[in-house]
Amino acid sequence: MLRILSIISIFAIWSFAAGDATFEGKRDLNISAIAMFLVFILGTLGITYWAAKRTKSASDFYTAGGGITGFQNGLAIAGDYMSAAAFLGVSGLIYMNGYDGVIYAVSFLVGWPVILFFMAEKLRNLGKFTFADIAAYRLGQKEIRTLAAFGSLSVVILYLIAQMVGAGKLIQILFGMDYEYAVFMVGALMIIYVTFGGMLATTWVQIIKAVLLLSGVSFMALMVLWHFGFNFESLAQTAVNNHIKGEEILKPGGFLSDPISAISLGMALMLGTAGLPHVLMRFFTVGNAKEARKSVVYATGFVAYFWIIISIVGLGAIAFLNSPDGAQYMEGAKAYLDGGKLFGGSNMASVHLSHMLGGNAFLGFISAVAFATILAVVSGLTLAGASAISHDIYANVINPNASDEKVVKISKITVIIVGIIGVTLGIAFESQNIAYMVGLAFGIAASANFPILFLSIYWSKLTTRGAFIGGFMGLITAVMLVILGPNVWVQILGNKEAIFPYAHPALFSVTVAFIGIWFFSITDNSKRANEDRAKFRAQNIRANTGIGSAGAVSH
Amino acid sequence: MKENLVERIEANPKYQELLKKRDSLALKLGIFVLVMFYSYITIIAFNKELFATKVWEDGVTTIAFPIALAILVISFITTLIYVRRANGEFDDLTNEIKKDVKDYI
Repeated sequence: MLRILSIISIFAIWSFAAGDATFEGKRDLNISAIAMFLVFILGTLGITYWAAKRTKSASDFYTAGGGITGFQNGLAIAGDYMSAAAFLGVSGLIYMNGYDGVIYAVSFLVGWPVILFFMAEKLRNLGKFTFADIAAYRLGQKEIRTLAAFGSLSVVILYLIAQMVGAGKLIQILFGMDYEYAVFMVGALMIIYVTFGGMLATTWVQIIKAVLLLSGVSFMALMVLWHFGFNFESLAQTAVNNHIKGEEILKPGGFLSDPISAISLGMALMLGTAGLPHVLMRFFTVGNAKEARKSVVYATGFVAYFWIIISIVGLGAIAFLNSPDGAQYMEGAKAYLDGGKLFGGSNMASVHLSHMLGGNAFLGFISAVAFATILAVVSGLTLAGASAISHDIYANVINPNASDEKVVKISKITVIIVGIIGVTLGIAFESQNIAYMVGLAFGIAASANFPILFLSIYWSKLTTRGAFIGGFMGLITAVMLVILGPNVWVQILGNKEAIFPYAHPALFSVTVAFIGIWFFSITDNSKRANEDRAKFRAQNIRANTGIGSAGAVSH
Repeated sequence: MKENLVERIEANPKYQELLKKRDSLALKLGIFVLVMFYSYITIIAFNKELFATKVWEDGVTTIAFPIALAILVISFITTLIYVRRANGEFDDLTNEIKKDVKDYI
């Protein structure tokens, strides 16, 4: 453990010291940034060491032993949500397009209440470790767990790539470290956190990061508002004056120009929330349904607050960075209104703003927090991916008699493999837009995971065949439409015109999934189907009352 | 679960009361949030200019901002309303049901 730690620290320092010469103007700020950065890495590795000593059973590894409180879990859920795409991506979207970034923020939030009202409690009562537990409660274990593992892994890997790209870009810009090394370092740290510390370490890293991120962004928003005498109108006026699009930035609808795309994205962001495997896992880290509900209230509160202040930070970035003083953050030091482009792209808007508002120390703080954000989110994601393989596929399909130790061991091997895949794809997808990729991950979660979860809880006539075929139809449709859509077919594969005209497929793929599940369930007259349906009554009682479900503490 | 536990719970009037109360609250709040959100998205999709109306006559701020703020705040308040009742009234009912069927679990 200590050896790995020291190797990483040396590697990190060496990489920063060997920083790229093109970042001359910014070299002096590296010291405080590196200091903050190392403090964070040492601190979180300390947590991992502490957690490793307490992580003994599979339950400890997947759910932190079920001993997390509602408030802590609320912070951790909010932390999983406030990823690099949220912090860097949405503030960058607002910086680029104005109000359209706010639409993302609003759509990301409204999924929460809906999950709480219709699903959270039932998920908590039926599940144990993963979302497949719920769907497999009365349906065929093998089919459902295979489907769920595919759905989870697709979402996890897409989401992971987005975070890796964000991390690589951030480190590259801040410290002048090579992109590949940056991605490699994130991958290595993530593997250490998850394999040694499991859910307990992942949760605590997430909680600490959520607190740091919320305070850092609050400070930024306060500084912005203070500068404008706490008058939103004068902030908006300055932003309008300093943006090429002028008053357009305060109106909705620039990039969601056609109605189908707008509705489809809204659907993906909302329903996808209910199908994110790393967020669903967090319902099982608390002791009972009461704490699970509380954690959703806290999470909703923190995330809503976060979106409000991010909107102010985004407008502040327009007002500050596009001013004459902001020219130092533009490539070639050309002011924005004279055609200057933000150094490192629009995703770095809030990072540059932190330097402008609080100098080198604050830049160091924000960069360490942004890096922590990425690490914490990729750890949670990797753990969800590992559970899909070890718990759903290995322990329930391949070897049902496997011991706890064996399953945890398989998890750790999976973590390493998922880590390597993440690093490799992170490097391959260097030039992809992170906010868009997260939108896609939500789209797949909404199409493959959400319909199965929802119908298995509410529809007594659901059968294994219907869920299996319909679920895969949703997953495949979502993936195919993404490939045939404008972002992949035109921009990556270089074709002239997209076969499928919309960038966001959820409206179509979610519909296909629901119709597929419905059709293949009602036409299913097998013996198995009747058994599946007969089990609904007992499942419904457990889902509603929790009677018969093991508390997370006493697995 | 024992054989007749399902029948026993389903026949318990408290269980019926729990389902009725909770489903009706969840449905009301859920429909409220869904209608609010999809109205927002639909207006953006079909009539953007509606949100471009100015808040102050001589200012630049559009009503799209207070509307987004309102959706965020209302979403949070609805979760608060639900959890208050679920953690009080509904949990009490659930515990009573558990007590009633204690010997059968």
